[in-house]
Amino acid sequence: MGKTITEKILQAHTKLKEIHPGQLINARVDIALGNDITAPIAIREFRAAGGKKVFNKNKVALVLDHFTPNKDINSAEQCKAVREFAVEHSIVHFYEGGQVGVEHALLPEKGIVLPGDLVIGADSHTCTYGALGAFATGVGSTDLAATMLTGELWFKVPQSIKFIIHGKMKKWVSGKDLILNIIGRIGVDGALYQAMEFTGETISKLSMADRFSIANMAIEAGAKNGIFAPDAITKEYIKGRAKRAYKFYSSDADASYSQIIEIDAGKLEPQVAFPHLPSNVKGVSKAGKIKIDQSLIGSCTNGRIEDLRTAAKILKKRKAAPHVRLIIAPATPHIYKQAMQEGLLETFMKANAVISPPSCGACLGGHLGILAAGERAVATTNRNFVGRMGHPKSEVYLASPAVAAASAVLGRIASPEEL
Amino acid sequence: MKFSGKVWKFGDNIDTDAIIPARYLNTSDPKELALHCMEDADPNFVKKMRPGDIIIGGENFGCGSSREHAPIAIKAAGISCVVAKSFARIFYRNSFNMGLPIFECREIVDNIAEGTEISIDSAKGTITIRDAQKTFAINPIPPFMEQLIADGGLLKHIAKK
Ligand code: SF4
Repeated sequence: MGKTITEKILQAHTKLKEIHPGQLINARVDIALGNDITAPIAIREFRAAGGKKVFNKNKVALVLDHFTPNKDINSAEQCKAVREFAVEHSIVHFYEGGQVGVEHALLPEKGIVLPGDLVIGADSHTCTYGALGAFATGVGSTDLAATMLTGELWFKVPQSIKFIIHGKMKKWVSGKDLILNIIGRIGVDGALYQAMEFTGETISKLSMADRFSIANMAIEAGAKNGIFAPDAITKEYIKGRAKRAYKFYSSDADASYSQIIEIDAGKLEPQVAFPHLPSNVKGVSKAGKIKIDQSLIGSCTNGRIEDLRTAAKILKKRKAAPHVRLIIAPATPHIYKQAMQEGLLETFMKANAVISPPSCGACLGGHLGILAAGERAVATTNRNFVGRMGHPKSEVYLASPAVAAASAVLGRIASPEEL
Repeated sequence: MKFSGKVWKFGDNIDTDAIIPARYLNTSDPKELALHCMEDADPNFVKKMRPGDIIIGGENFGCGSSREHAPIAIKAAGISCVVAKSFARIFYRNSFNMGLPIFECREIVDNIAEGTEISIDSAKGTITIRDAQKTFAINPIPPFMEQLIADGGLLKHIAKK
């Protein structure tokens, strides 16, 4: 019996000759990630367990991106605790201040995570790196502490669901629309405990930015990981970024799947997930007249340069509607600089956008864009749970950068086609 | 492990933002987090509940973020354990790793009203609705997970090895 890419990567990180779905294994971890919310607990646990040294100072990444630039005294204290730990343990991949970006955009950009890696992160969207052909999954702070101590962690080998995507996507339809549509089909627990493997002719032509958006939201279907077989597009992306060895894995033709789902992406229009679940998805043409107060373009899902270029195309020579606060958050300093050099920031400012520093802030209702009771936002982020971006009586609609930009201009949820 | 207490019922897909909203994540102090436990699902929850009470959830309890603050808030608020039809995987991991007992049982969730008293016997694998004298089976906990709870969580388990 053949193996899936997920099974192969997991097996390669154990001493076992054979692994199978459902099995509990201990596996070696290549990169372990924590942020300013989850690392403080991990550090406390690490110390309480008598930890003196992290297993490898090159393999731990600590990124202070959530409540930064520090929004209040408590968050400043959390960052301070992580910073002190990073200095004490000479952590190589420690990012804050002007070097920090949203972790799941930053780590791939810097070549810290690579194809074939086993990555764990005390952040649920760690699954983003599956776009590179890595096994990457979100865990909790205690798991991060255990990994920092031993370099290993326990996993249950997941079954896989294979998605075969074909058809040419229409103009303004992106990876974000594809993954929203998939979550709408299978539900927020449709892939619970499983791997989502994305294949097919549409996927093979998809840019890395789109692949990252798709893998990013695997957790929104309850999945353990989302994964793409690396190819020439992956290779092009990691060229110049990788500073260590990596490996391309792919699934065997006779690998076994719990389910195979085929989707014709050519039929899709831009998608919108209505409050309060990412699975509450409709085509934008069926959204109705939904007035918005804020549009957020950014986050680990859609804060990449390609996303900003799309937004700028729509916002060029246009302005956000007077009652809409348009917030653009480039995901990393590098993307910020690129956007500046390409003139995108000027386009955004002329459209009356606020340009946020790279930060998670608004995405999780932390700071830099909180909603009041009764307010509505369209956001390129990944979650629209109750209270996600502010008051429990506010609402979040998830969409692509194209829809978020068009909606900002028209003041209501809208397709770019309507402009 | 044996637990008994009054149940508080919640629906499907109770996410970690509902269990502990991100606006409170600028601290990891269990006492602080406990004050806001379940706040965006039921703003009065902390005032109403009593130590030892049990949370009942539907499908996919604890979906969303990896924040361990969620099981920490529940445990620190004094909830003895959580019973649900199914759990989101990171929440499931986190609960065992940090020692919050959780149990999967589909039948009871559809057969119980809020405020009812139940008792759980994890060794026997049963949940009983006390007044109705009705007993349901809990999904067995994998032996490795039992070991984690017995050792007092993942780090103590590692230390023992
Ligand atoms: S951008 Fe949003 S979803 Fe992504 S890591 Fe930050 S808070 Fe989480």
